[in-house]
Amino acid sequence: MTPLLDIRSVSKSFRGLKAVSNVSFPVPQGSIVGLIGPNGAGKTTLFNVIAGAFAPDSGQVVLEGRAIQALRPDQVCAAGIGRTFQIVKPFPGLTVLENVVVGALHRTGSVREAEEKSFQILETLQLAEKCNLPASTLTLPDRKRLEVARALATRPRLLLLDEVMAGLRPTECDQLVEVFRRLNGAGLTILLIEHVMRAVMKLAQDIVVLHHGEVVARGAPAQVVRDPAVLECYLGEETEV
Amino acid sequence: MSLDLVANVVVSGVLTGLVYGLMALGLSVIFGVMRLVNFAHGEMMAIAMYAAVVLFAAFGLDPFLAMPAVAASFFALGYVLQRGLINPFIARPEHSQFMLLVAAAMILVNALLMIFGPDARNVQTDYQLESIAIGKLLIDKARLYAAGAALLAAAALFGFFRFTLTGKAIRACADNNLGARVVGLNLRHLYALTFGLGSACVAIAGCAMAVLVEVTPSLGPGYTLLAFVIVIVGGLGSMPGALLGGVLIGVSEALAGLWIAPSAKSMFSFGLLILVLILRPQGLMGKRP
Amino acid sequence: MSRARVLLSLLLLLLLVFPAFSGPYALSVATLILYFAYTGQAWNVMMGFAGQLSLGHSLFAGLGAYAAGALFFHFGIGPWAGVWLAMAICALAGVLIGFLAFRFGISGVYFALLTIAFAEFTRVGFDHIDWLGGPGGMFLKVAQRDQVDLLHFRGPPVMYYYAMLLLAAGALAVCSWLLRSKTGYYWQAIRENEEAAQALGINTFRYKLAAVAISSAMTAISGVFFAFYYNNLFPEQIFNISRSIEIILGPVIGGVGTLFGPVLGAALLTLLAEGITELMQALGWEIPGAKQVFYGFTLLVVVMFLPNGIWPYVAKKLRL
Repeated sequence: MTPLLDIRSVSKSFRGLKAVSNVSFPVPQGSIVGLIGPNGAGKTTLFNVIAGAFAPDSGQVVLEGRAIQALRPDQVCAAGIGRTFQIVKPFPGLTVLENVVVGALHRTGSVREAEEKSFQILETLQLAEKCNLPASTLTLPDRKRLEVARALATRPRLLLLDEVMAGLRPTECDQLVEVFRRLNGAGLTILLIEHVMRAVMKLAQDIVVLHHGEVVARGAPAQVVRDPAVLECYLGEETEV
Repeated sequence: MSLDLVANVVVSGVLTGLVYGLMALGLSVIFGVMRLVNFAHGEMMAIAMYAAVVLFAAFGLDPFLAMPAVAASFFALGYVLQRGLINPFIARPEHSQFMLLVAAAMILVNALLMIFGPDARNVQTDYQLESIAIGKLLIDKARLYAAGAALLAAAALFGFFRFTLTGKAIRACADNNLGARVVGLNLRHLYALTFGLGSACVAIAGCAMAVLVEVTPSLGPGYTLLAFVIVIVGGLGSMPGALLGGVLIGVSEALAGLWIAPSAKSMFSFGLLILVLILRPQGLMGKRP
Repeated sequence: MSRARVLLSLLLLLLLVFPAFSGPYALSVATLILYFAYTGQAWNVMMGFAGQLSLGHSLFAGLGAYAAGALFFHFGIGPWAGVWLAMAICALAGVLIGFLAFRFGISGVYFALLTIAFAEFTRVGFDHIDWLGGPGGMFLKVAQRDQVDLLHFRGPPVMYYYAMLLLAAGALAVCSWLLRSKTGYYWQAIRENEEAAQALGINTFRYKLAAVAISSAMTAISGVFFAFYYNNLFPEQIFNISRSIEIILGPVIGGVGTLFGPVLGAALLTLLAEGITELMQALGWEIPGAKQVFYGFTLLVVVMFLPNGIWPYVAKKLRL
């Protein structure tokens, strides 16, 4: 079965520094894939390549058989990929509802319809009571949820989540995990970058580990966390004392 | 059109351009360090020119001799103005900054108009009528002195930024604002210092300009735009760039005045600005924005 | 919202009957207020909605004025046809500038400087176009001003007043509608955070260009009005950067990005300017420049203490 998203030998360098080096892995339809690795491993750069913010130096990003690596970010969204940003980017001057409406307007020309859809999405993310507050007044965890809501409003097939659990309390984290599980059950494919292992272990069916821009391990969660190569990249090598 | 005439015009342009360059240097420093759109820059220049005129009329003081005093007072005023009035605006959106300085410019231009009236004033010294002959070139003494003063002032400024601790601190602010704060630099003081220095540049340039042209209140806005053109063409954040840009604009305006029509010369500057913004926004010597 | 609607309707009513009990001076001042309210609103579309700071809007007013003016001067074609040419030319100019700017990533201060450069370039350029009158200016024939000749847009001052009222009210209505439409939402998203907007499927290039085109076309109309109201055009005057500054004073004082800001700002500033002139005449102060100094100080005070403009403050007080 062709994967929904196929990363094929993608490389990206910045001024001589290889941020992403020959990375390949599939994201099967309807799955949740976790992308982990130490800081600076190239995860967000990979997301930026997928989302169209940069073009890769080489390799392809294939969405349902269609090469999309040369598309602009708005075209990537139209193709069915939604994303959140590691450093949240709300529209501060707009209300919470209006923020999501902007996303929803991608699928409809009617503002009223967009507002209804947006409100529903805010409810699933437990932000509905705050819908008329300016986005600038939200706390960081709420801003992260807003960002997810906004991306969901564009009705993506694939959702790219960039460290959405950071800064959340365990209960909040679990709530969000539940939301993603339900969305996945309804057909949404998810690729997430995460440091919060609690969330990764609960959500991901498949994990890809990145280190220095390269894939060092791939597989089911239980195996990956025991893989010595993975432990090494987080903890460092054992040296003779 | 004889080559001699062209050569003379070019030399004249270079010399005037150096004075423009000093004025633009002041703006480059202000804009480069604080990202402040000083839309009152030209008006400050006009005030300096009037200061020179007044000192000459009252005390017979040659503008070049008046320079230290005018520069010192402009430095002090600039420091106080920035610290007192402008500082809160650094963080505000651009149109807000702009309106503050437009208001300031409006007040300054019209205050000059109120005090001095619309008629032109000038400084009349002996050396304005003299020139030096070098081969086929005939160089105005006044222009030569003006350019010399500009170069000296620029050199002093370069030296300050290169060799003094405070100068380096200011450059640090320009390069990395957050880093500078983390390291504990007193940004407010440094910004005020920068504005003071920029004002002092304008003061010296204004005194020099006062021996070259007639002074009217309406000169202000034109100089503001000219300063911005020079800074962008020369390259933001580059001090040599400001001088180079000044010379370039000085020469091109002089040549445009010779070949096309005197009234069309500023079209060239604006056309150049458009091209630079589109094709090479870092200007001739600046860093890529 | 209905409280606002009621107040707005009252205001509109007041403005409609205003000429009935005002003298000629007050009428001309009111016309001027409406002119700046309209033009400020046009500028606001680009800045307040799409976040692009233009300091060269005099370019569009001037091009519009000259387009319709030349058509009338050389070919006798009236302003109703002229206005379409004016709008087309200005929209094209706007799109050209916008395209160059957005394609090459020019934004913020640099974009503002680009707009100034284009306006100044045109100002000096037009001084050399003799077909348009050159520096000596273009003068449109002024026929009798007593009867309303709508075809040639000539008539008594009250006609101009109502024309401007119609334009200003129309602009308010159109902008209000735009702001609540998909385009309006997209513009605001671009203004707030362009990168996030792109990630939500917005072709920011196209929408920014649309804002520029609409803004410049709207400004063209005010240029046409200017041409047929004052009947003389000088490049030095109409393309001057002072015109650009006048255009943005209203919205900045009133509140950039708000609907009623430009209207309030224009009203306050014009009234202040006239008030100061009257005051000085009464005091016998005939000093050139004094009025502008007062003006500048007022601007300074508002910018310092009410950075978001006066309208948001007033709206909160009136609980609209």
